Amino acid sequence: MDSALLIHRLHFAFTATFHYLFPQLTMGLALLIVILKTQALRHNDEMYNRSARFWARIFGISFVMGVVTGIPMEFQFGTNWSHFSRFAGGVIGQTLAMEGMFAFFLESAFLGLFLFGEKRLTPKAHWWSAFAVFAGSWLSGFFIIATDAWMQHPVGYERAPDGSAQLSSFWDLVLNPWAWWQYAHNMSGAVITGAFVMASVGAFYLLWGQHFDYGRIFVRVGVTTALIFSVLQLFPTGDGQGKMVAEHQPVTLAAMEALFDSQPGASLVIIGQPNIPERKIDNPIVVPKALSFLTYRAWEAEVKGLNAFPEQLWPDNILLVYYSYHIMVGLGTIFIAVALLAGLLLWQGKLFDSRWMLWVLMISLPFPFIANTAGWITAELGRQPWLVYGLMMTRDGYSKTVSAGNGAFTLLGFMGMYTVLGILFLFLVRREIEHGPAVDRSLTH
Amino acid sequence: METVWFCIVAVMIAAYVVLDGFDLGAGIVFPFVARTAEDRRCVIRSIGPVWDGNEVWLLAAGGTLYFAFPQLYASAFSGFYLPLMMVLWLLMLRGLGIELRTHVENVVWQKFFDSLFFLASAMLAIFFGAALGNVIRGVPLGQDGYFFEALWTDFRVGPNPGILDWYTVMAGVVALVTLTAHGALYLVLKTEGELAQRTKKLALGIWPVQVFLTLVSLACTWFVRPELKANYLHYPIGFVIPVVVFVSLFLMRQWTVKGRELNAFLASAIYITGLLVGAVFALYPVVLPASTNPAYSLTIHNSAAGHHGLTVGIVWWLIGVTLAIGYFFFIYSMFKGKVRLEGEGY
Repeated sequence: MDSALLIHRLHFAFTATFHYLFPQLTMGLALLIVILKTQALRHNDEMYNRSARFWARIFGISFVMGVVTGIPMEFQFGTNWSHFSRFAGGVIGQTLAMEGMFAFFLESAFLGLFLFGEKRLTPKAHWWSAFAVFAGSWLSGFFIIATDAWMQHPVGYERAPDGSAQLSSFWDLVLNPWAWWQYAHNMSGAVITGAFVMASVGAFYLLWGQHFDYGRIFVRVGVTTALIFSVLQLFPTGDGQGKMVAEHQPVTLAAMEALFDSQPGASLVIIGQPNIPERKIDNPIVVPKALSFLTYRAWEAEVKGLNAFPEQLWPDNILLVYYSYHIMVGLGTIFIAVALLAGLLLWQGKLFDSRWMLWVLMISLPFPFIANTAGWITAELGRQPWLVYGLMMTRDGYSKTVSAGNGAFTLLGFMGMYTVLGILFLFLVRREIEHGPAVDRSLTH
Repeated sequence: METVWFCIVAVMIAAYVVLDGFDLGAGIVFPFVARTAEDRRCVIRSIGPVWDGNEVWLLAAGGTLYFAFPQLYASAFSGFYLPLMMVLWLLMLRGLGIELRTHVENVVWQKFFDSLFFLASAMLAIFFGAALGNVIRGVPLGQDGYFFEALWTDFRVGPNPGILDWYTVMAGVVALVTLTAHGALYLVLKTEGELAQRTKKLALGIWPVQVFLTLVSLACTWFVRPELKANYLHYPIGFVIPVVVFVSLFLMRQWTVKGRELNAFLASAIYITGLLVGAVFALYPVVLPASTNPAYSLTIHNSAAGHHGLTVGIVWWLIGVTLAIGYFFFIYSMFKGKVRLEGEGY
């Protein structure tokens, strides 16, 4: 692999992966904060308001991290992927510019008001400021997904004489079916992160024996939300997203499942290590015929394997596609099990006394982050070797004028910077959790 | 249609410079005027609720530039690779400086983030000025519409210049001084007492430097790119712009002396807008001049997106900008008046 290409890919992969640790939390928490604020309004309960304020502090810290790591994302289209930008800007410039105009302005304007303006507003107006922040962050998510969806499944464009893609139908672009499935799946994933983080902190308080009342609220709201969205994550959103891949990127599906040979009645590999040189799976544990059924709703349906496609169109890192997909699905299944069990105990009124279950909830904290990251790796590596599926190869899209040496310089710079950011984030969030929600620590500049 | 988008992008960049300019400027004057812990909190709080929204204009302008002129975006962003990455790092450090200082009540912690805030603000002002300098001076564009500029070569303005040469360094200094004054006038408007007095003194002290640099930068630009007067000679209405620049510069001082704080700040905003509009007017229809061969210059015609996309964009852009302006009026009216330390937050 040409080293400049590798550096530019790593540059985007590293900054995007690190960045998305924060938006998934803020988009998830944004919804949960609206839920807490709604409860506070409905029951006129100050406990819920205090809970909302506590999570707003965590939200605020994550939001800052998301903003500062997000700014480089937009710029990298031009700095590191200029040939791609020139090719695709006439189409995805639409969604990226709309993100700025519709989402960022909304979000940034009302975040200040939401975080620092509670005393200046009536409770209802403050609820609306929370809702505006939620709407802004979810809109932002939509425009980014619509951009990615166009790269996965290009629609609504025509080729200009100079070879570049130009918009031909605005509505085809924003109503891209791929975008809507991916959006639903992705946002549900973000809510799962927020919900498990909330439940985990609540479980920690209950186990610690501090902030008891708040711990209960967090566990109750967290578990209920986690249950709803971990089910939605599988069906219909995950299922719908999977069908999109099966229909439009069958070679990606084959790589995700490490299905080397086309076959009817294909089995689903639960665990196993792909052995690419020998074109087989080592130590497989499989569910017979399940892959055919899940993909086509027919036990004997033929599923195309990698051998049905020319090797140069295979995703260039089948191992990582396969493993990240299996990690995502495996963790997603565990989330459903944990949320179901905790939900059942909650419904019976036993959850707050089941210390083992609280331990499980507390330890669950990092796993939704891993699952969301693995999902994105599956999507983006699964699209390879294409940058825009079927239209532009990744190797043709990077900035030819930016040498590997310059790319490595800034990649290392970002790595150093993000290490510091990560440490700062953990340090600040740990302090907030330790202080707890009971005291209204003033949140000001 | 291309001309419309050229104007839109120019307006958005001007909005960014005027808005984020005052919080950058506040960061630059910060260590010189804020002596006590209360002073420092006042300065930070005066920009606290709005700086992030101001910075969004940069992102929105960048996104709109990408949308309307993809070729320009691709070429300029990859060509200015190193300085742009440094701008990103500075923006990050500055955001942290503003947002994280109050999370821990500790002098050392706050001192650290205050320094970060100041340094990043000052460096950003210089970088932005140098960036404008590069665009006016021209870059070594090749036939394929791409270039790569080293951080510096021999500091001379030639066909193969670096990001930094004597002209762009001068532009960086002009930006530093201009935004310092702009930020100072904003603080005078938002604060009271000794802090406001000190800041006012600083603004008045820096004014002669500003006048001097405005004249110097005009003369240097004339020298470096004499062909830029073509648009002015062709459309003499353009000479209104320098008149506006100098009148607002004059009024800036008058109103500061008379204590008409809002007017003085607005005069500074008009002065900055005038400088930018003057440059943009001279460049049109070129958006990135080539130092190598004028034929390689990027213009609004050879760098714009397809016609259908640009037409559709007008519709949502108008809706988007109306909403954005609405939010801004709402937020600024919520946080209007002098900053007070008591009774804020929850």
